Amino acid sequence: MASVSALIQGLESVGYIASRRIATALFMAVNLQKPILVEGSAGVGKTELALSTAALLGLPLIRMQCYEGLDESKALYEWKYGKQLLYTQILKDRMGASLADAVDMDAAMDRLHGMGDLFFSEPFLEPRPLMKALQEDDGCVLLIDEIDKSDEAFEAFLLEVLSAYQVSIPEIGVLKAKTPPIVFLTSNNVRDLGDALKRRCLHLHIPLPDAALERRIVASRVPGIEADLVSQLVSFVQSLRTLDLRKSPSISETVDWARALILLNADALETEVVRDSLNVLLKFEQDIQAIEPQIAELIRKPLA
Amino acid sequence: MQGALEDFFRALRASDVRISPAEAIDAHRTVATVGFADRELFKDALCATLAKTADEVERFDRTFDTFFTRQAFMAASPPPEDGDRDPMDGLPQEGDPSELARMLMAGDASALAQAMEEAAERAQVSQIRLSTQRSRLTRKLLEEMGLAEIERIIAAARRLDDPKGQAAGERLDAARQALAKEASAYVERQHELYASESGKNLREELLARKALNSDGGIDPVDLAMMQTLVKRMAKRLADRYSRRRSVAWTGHLDVRRTLRKSMGYGGMPFDIVFKTKKIDKPSIVAICDVSKSVAAAAQFLLTFLYSLNEVVDRMEAFAFSGRMISVNALLDEHKVETAILEVLKQIGFQQTDYGRSLEDFCDQHLDQLDRHTTVIFLGDARSNYADPRLDLLATIQKRSRALIWLNPEPESYWGQGDSVMHRYQRFCHVAKPCNTLGQLERIIEDVLRTYIPH
Repeated sequence: MASVSALIQGLESVGYIASRRIATALFMAVNLQKPILVEGSAGVGKTELALSTAALLGLPLIRMQCYEGLDESKALYEWKYGKQLLYTQILKDRMGASLADAVDMDAAMDRLHGMGDLFFSEPFLEPRPLMKALQEDDGCVLLIDEIDKSDEAFEAFLLEVLSAYQVSIPEIGVLKAKTPPIVFLTSNNVRDLGDALKRRCLHLHIPLPDAALERRIVASRVPGIEADLVSQLVSFVQSLRTLDLRKSPSISETVDWARALILLNADALETEVVRDSLNVLLKFEQDIQAIEPQIAELIRKPLA
Repeated sequence: MQGALEDFFRALRASDVRISPAEAIDAHRTVATVGFADRELFKDALCATLAKTADEVERFDRTFDTFFTRQAFMAASPPPEDGDRDPMDGLPQEGDPSELARMLMAGDASALAQAMEEAAERAQVSQIRLSTQRSRLTRKLLEEMGLAEIERIIAAARRLDDPKGQAAGERLDAARQALAKEASAYVERQHELYASESGKNLREELLARKALNSDGGIDPVDLAMMQTLVKRMAKRLADRYSRRRSVAWTGHLDVRRTLRKSMGYGGMPFDIVFKTKKIDKPSIVAICDVSKSVAAAAQFLLTFLYSLNEVVDRMEAFAFSGRMISVNALLDEHKVETAILEVLKQIGFQQTDYGRSLEDFCDQHLDQLDRHTTVIFLGDARSNYADPRLDLLATIQKRSRALIWLNPEPESYWGQGDSVMHRYQRFCHVAKPCNTLGQLERIIEDVLRTYIPH
């Protein structure tokens, strides 16, 4: 974490090929202790970046998947209702004995107030991902995945966690992180996030990679693949991206395709093999139909 | 450097990258961490702190490049061959030697560039607002650099008998002209940085308030800008209202259902049930007049219809002039430009007949209306003296939740000539003049807001 180039090398050692911009954003996030909001289309390696960072730093990764209706009882904490009920049962049994010698009602009440009230206390707290992340003593990597799927109310609730690394629990008080976690938020732009959230985060947009970077990514993700095949398939994918498709293939699809080609024992791209494995690359029937007649032409295209 | 950063923020704001004071502070901390030595690192680090969307990243890159680029200074005249000689040789010496003259004669590009930066700060070139300020600021910039002295020296050199002195004077004059060119380029760049966007914004603001059915319609020059404006407005509405339309729970305990669930646990309320809230699905029926009398406005109304179609789940769109057709399929299938052309081709620019169109609607589509539906009419209610069929509008009003009429004509025209607006008005919950994009956006937003809680 000493410098950006050291970070790039470090990420490479755990199998993530980062562009300079990605590494700089991560470097700043660690140095400024700010969450980092990662945007980009599906499959460009947003989640992977968080996983690799955790692997690089040797920190535990705590992951929270967002969805509609996610609320603080699932994200932050929940009371252990069952145990609380049991506790009140025990309390009731014990109460009679300890209050038996009180002379009158007032004395009994005084003694009752004197007893520690454990009903709302940390032992009865069931920590959920956010709180777990704050409780890690040595810090951790917190991944809040697909924040755009959650409600606006939840987004507002996150603000306190993200800016001060603390949470307020009405019954107990404020819990503060000993070591602030490194927070990644990812977004697919299903909806626009609020300005308040954006302001608290560093922003990183991961674009689709250029050919050179993509070749390196494929080579690192699919060990043992031949360089010729890599450059052929990458230039094929790159030319697909210039076409008007419903869903352009992103990096994860390229990698999957490379693996598929290896399974099929393909040494080079041939029309037949490509046609058979096109469904790995394209996820819509219309796209596949549109591309199929052009396969031969796309393969013949000289390398860019 | 703080001053330079502040100027940079201003340039960014001018190109529509929003930077709050908190972000400015972050940027300063960033700079303190990474330093200036590595340009690429400096740029990427600032980009991560300041630009918050993909669009902003693009604008950031552009502004950064313009702001921190210093083209090599061309003003320098080639330095004399033998370096030992005093560059001021031959020029008349009077009083203090001019620093600027020395730099110009020596062709010291970097010193000149620095002097210009300093002078620009004194002349406050970065405060430029309008393109008309350019020449005045260029002059002021040159004066701050010490132009007056140079001019005096040149004049004095020309008066000399000594040919060497005169030649030196000519050389200084050439350098001065090059410097002036350089200064005007500098001011131009500053204008581009700080002021070019504000001019565009002003223009857009005016367009949003321009009447859609004004004489001669929209200037063709403005058409493209108008289209992007409509799209942006619709996008804004979409962003705000295409969000979730159900509330997971509102925090109130549902006692009845909690008790029912606790039966299985011997009356212990283990599972707690909260009240949920059902929310009306918005359903809008938009009916748009595309006849001759509203020809100019029709395009924009249709663009808006198209964008609304993307926002609202249940929307039925109709267009009419003589007869009425459903344009839902057209709006769904085509891109916005082709969809509008297609609608206008099928039905546009004919003689309006409101009565007939209402008849068409009631015959074929009356079942679309229920107590959740809002009906929005976009039209001028000029029916060419045909029967306005008030009874049909009354039926529509009775069946729907609200009937809103947006008329591109001002209220004083309603009921004049062949307009039957004042008669239709009685059946409308809301009847408003709406002839600018700004008004259109506001009214549609009101409609959407009644459906979707915040």
